[in-house]
Amino acid sequence: MQHFTTDNKNLEAIALNVREHILKMSTGGGCFTGASLSAVDMIVYLYAEYLNLHQDNLNDPNRDYLFLSKGHDVPALYGTFAELGLIPKERLANHLSINDHVYWHPNTHIPGIEFHSGSLGHLPSVAIGVAMDIKIRGGENKVICIMGDGELNEGSCWEAVLVANAYQLDNLIFVIDRNNFQANMATEDLIPLEPLHDKFTAFGAAVSRINGHDFNQLRNIFKTIPFAQGKLNVVIADTVRGKGLPSIEARADRWFCNFSADEVAQLLQELHGEHQTQLTSETLVVR
Amino acid sequence: MSHEELLTELSLADERFIVMTAENRALIRNLPKLVGKRFIDTGITEQTMIGAAAGLALRGRIPVVHALASFLSMRAFEFIRTDAGIPSLPIKLSAFIPGLLSDANGPTHQAIEDISIMRGIPNMTVFAPADEDDMVKMMPLIWASAKPAYTRINTRATAYVHAPFEPGKAEIIEIGTDVTILTYGLLFEQALITVEILRGEGLSVGLVNMRSLKPVDEQAILEVVDSCDLIVTLEDHFLTGGLYTIIAEVLLKHQKTAKVLPFALNEKWFKPALLPAVIENEGFSGKQVAETILGYQTSHNQPEILTPQFSE
Repeated sequence: MQHFTTDNKNLEAIALNVREHILKMSTGGGCFTGASLSAVDMIVYLYAEYLNLHQDNLNDPNRDYLFLSKGHDVPALYGTFAELGLIPKERLANHLSINDHVYWHPNTHIPGIEFHSGSLGHLPSVAIGVAMDIKIRGGENKVICIMGDGELNEGSCWEAVLVANAYQLDNLIFVIDRNNFQANMATEDLIPLEPLHDKFTAFGAAVSRINGHDFNQLRNIFKTIPFAQGKLNVVIADTVRGKGLPSIEARADRWFCNFSADEVAQLLQELHGEHQTQLTSETLVVR
Repeated sequence: MSHEELLTELSLADERFIVMTAENRALIRNLPKLVGKRFIDTGITEQTMIGAAAGLALRGRIPVVHALASFLSMRAFEFIRTDAGIPSLPIKLSAFIPGLLSDANGPTHQAIEDISIMRGIPNMTVFAPADEDDMVKMMPLIWASAKPAYTRINTRATAYVHAPFEPGKAEIIEIGTDVTILTYGLLFEQALITVEILRGEGLSVGLVNMRSLKPVDEQAILEVVDSCDLIVTLEDHFLTGGLYTIIAEVLLKHQKTAKVLPFALNEKWFKPALLPAVIENEGFSGKQVAETILGYQTSHNQPEILTPQFSE
């Protein structure tokens, strides 16, 4: 298996670069900055260290699969792919361009993206189909599906947990980006999810809960997969929306961000701990 | 050969086939023990079944998925549109008890907008065999195609022996100069009776088994329009979005007009009962259709309509 890196310092450096990429995509039309920043560290860890997936095996049936079901955090994926060489960095400048496919949700025109998403609650079942086929063929590869916590409102996510357990898909890992927000609401103020660990356990899954920004915790938990023979693995990754940028962290109104060029310049400094940004751009509030 | 025998034969011959169901095994009772792990029952989860079928198709499989037509086409609609339609995956949807075949189940089970909504999905193909003979002739080609397909399952036995199926082609039984009936699915059986009655009344009558609603055989439709005075569409579907609409679209595209008499469900669900009574109640029996076309009662007999083999 080929890894890009297994060193925390390298992972941190990659994640910092990906956060820069996300910021640069948060203007000129903008993107879902908050959710992208909460998912960065787990996405960087998975692609750089854990997954058997790289430029040379993108079509190998024995590769590992990652499905990004909470598709609106795709800037984290674009940035990671650019850092790991799956797509050229220059392509990020095409964000939202009619001449490319670097838009607000994942699509298979981007090498490394296994399936499109955007409609929540779809990819858990698509991942199940892939995991089922791997089991039928006796393969060893793993299938990961990253879901948002808000996404768990969708009944199809829970159907998927039931079916994954019925078919004993211990090669399948649902990772929940538990950033505590959905659009402009705290999850617990709208449709409470806690106790989330207990919910998945009651549905038959083997569950672990970690800090989704801590590479040691990510590594230590993914090393132990499968958590239990014949059970779906669920990793609840506690994260912070907007992680890395104190001026937007854990803010209900900083979900979709379309910053001015000046704000992006300030936020880039803030990302490196050198500045406190004064945000003046309008927030997108849908509820 | 029955539909189940055909699916068994093809599944055993080709490892790519995965037989799936959302807990509806009526058509595939013997498959679990024959195909082993390539039989997957996801329980009453139409959405998850379609998503999983997409995942299996990504791995090179041909999932043949079974569920009741109404739940398959509507409960899972967005999954079909998004996970089968957008990537154009070869997921084969077997829609059980479509149209009037849900007979006494009630409106929850009436898939009478399925042709309309399925044909609206880019890449999707849509088929409605006239009976089991027709279906067994059509299915190998439907399953061999690289496209997603929605098929109205119809296991009714009739005495009619159909011509071989050509994808995208209708089965032209005959073209009349007075009246030609265009139909699909189980009402083909009634249309044969209508044809006989109208001929007995001295009319030149044609009949076309549409079979493939998408792609539709435009040439067959144009040929009918050019050669006969009255076109009759007969379908167990809402008037909107089905064959009547398809004919309208084709005529408009080719800048033609025609006299068309539709038999369909106009802004209503049908009254539930056993199938023979349902057909009579909607005025879709062969004799009723003939007499509506003629505008007068005849002394012809309506042969008995058999109840279906399956109810759910």
